[in-house]
Amino acid sequence: MNAPLPKRKLKVATTSLAGCFGCHMSFLDIDERILDLVELVEFDRSPITDIKHCSPDCDIGIIEGGVCNAENVHVLHEFRKNCKILIAMGACAINGGLPAQRNSLDIRDILAAVYAQPGRGVHIPNDPEIPLLLNEVHPLHEVVRIDYFLPGCPPSGDAIWKFLTDLLAGRTPTLGHGLIHYD
Amino acid sequence: MSDPKTFFLDEEEIPFEEGQTIIQAALSAGKFIPHLCYHPEFKPHGSCKLCTVRIDSRTVTTEDGQSVKIPGRAAASCTTPAQEGQHVESEVPEILDLRRTLVQMLLVEGNHYCPSCEKSGKCMLQGLAYDLGVMDPHFPQYFSKREVDASHPDVLLDFNRCILCELCVRASAEVDKKNVFALSGRGNTKHLICNSESGKLGDTNLAATDKAANVCPVGVILHKRHGFEVPYGQRRFDIAPISDNPVQYAPVKEQV
Repeated sequence: MNAPLPKRKLKVATTSLAGCFGCHMSFLDIDERILDLVELVEFDRSPITDIKHCSPDCDIGIIEGGVCNAENVHVLHEFRKNCKILIAMGACAINGGLPAQRNSLDIRDILAAVYAQPGRGVHIPNDPEIPLLLNEVHPLHEVVRIDYFLPGCPPSGDAIWKFLTDLLAGRTPTLGHGLIHYD
Repeated sequence: MSDPKTFFLDEEEIPFEEGQTIIQAALSAGKFIPHLCYHPEFKPHGSCKLCTVRIDSRTVTTEDGQSVKIPGRAAASCTTPAQEGQHVESEVPEILDLRRTLVQMLLVEGNHYCPSCEKSGKCMLQGLAYDLGVMDPHFPQYFSKREVDASHPDVLLDFNRCILCELCVRASAEVDKKNVFALSGRGNTKHLICNSESGKLGDTNLAATDKAANVCPVGVILHKRHGFEVPYGQRRFDIAPISDNPVQYAPVKEQV
């Protein structure tokens, strides 16, 4: 009989695009269970590690927030290229969420309304260092293929824990009443 | 008195009275069938199709001895009268998939942002989506451009969330006798309108106590100054799923 394969920790990368980091904060609400989690996974690119780019062999990418600017598009493509499984976490990643409520307005009008001060002229930021805004905010699955969706604004720590433990155990993640929430 | 007539819903015997629809009999018997445009107090509308069931599927044996299931007809259970001995399938994978797809299409067609919606936690569309386990919108978001009408002193209209169930239209016409609401346009351009010269709700004779102002299953017709009154975790569908206690959606029997 073959010896069992040595257990390898799964590499998990996380990022927030057009989100508020609320989902990441909720992720930390798994509290001490994070100790059980790090037995099974190691964190790659993530605000937790401050690693700037994904390793090419990430197993799971968790993305919070939709896509609102050019940089978001680049980061999302980097995650898709380097992660075997991509999870859209939270309302913004799934349907654009609160940032997408600007989609009914013209981007030029929005910038003018925000940056045009009465009597002081219009100073719409245009430094090349600043990522270019997209005309509309998009959910992740409109830009790349997404494997799993974890709804909530934010999903609760318990929902994130249930979802990840299902996934790590090889089950299709399901939430059920009390854990599935869109708000 | 003769034995009550019965039909079979997912192999379970359900009694019904002559003239009852499948959904009415099922809900009265404590069996939940998802629905949005059905309401126990109104005539069936049959437009949302969430209550679709399969009727009288058959299993036949082919010449080489194999059993093949021939699916029965799909029908809206809110408009189909129950019939003696009928076999109805509701909680089966293919019907649940169909309902999930319908909910996803409704969710991407309007602008349904639950975190900022006053109806969240007691919204039928949201409750059904939870119950069906809808985790993703599947389709590209439509991002339709719709207006908000805040012209009425007590009632706010947020058209972003309208699912065109016509419950407010029916309530205003049948119960309030005011004809405040109607649907206009066809297909993609179909939308809810108000019956006043300006088209504004404030110029109609709608009162906040009207049936029409209290029947919306989603977050379109809202009462001003009454948003977010119940805290997160204590709202209707936080406490129990929509499918809990189906009798609450059953038609109330008239007192004789």
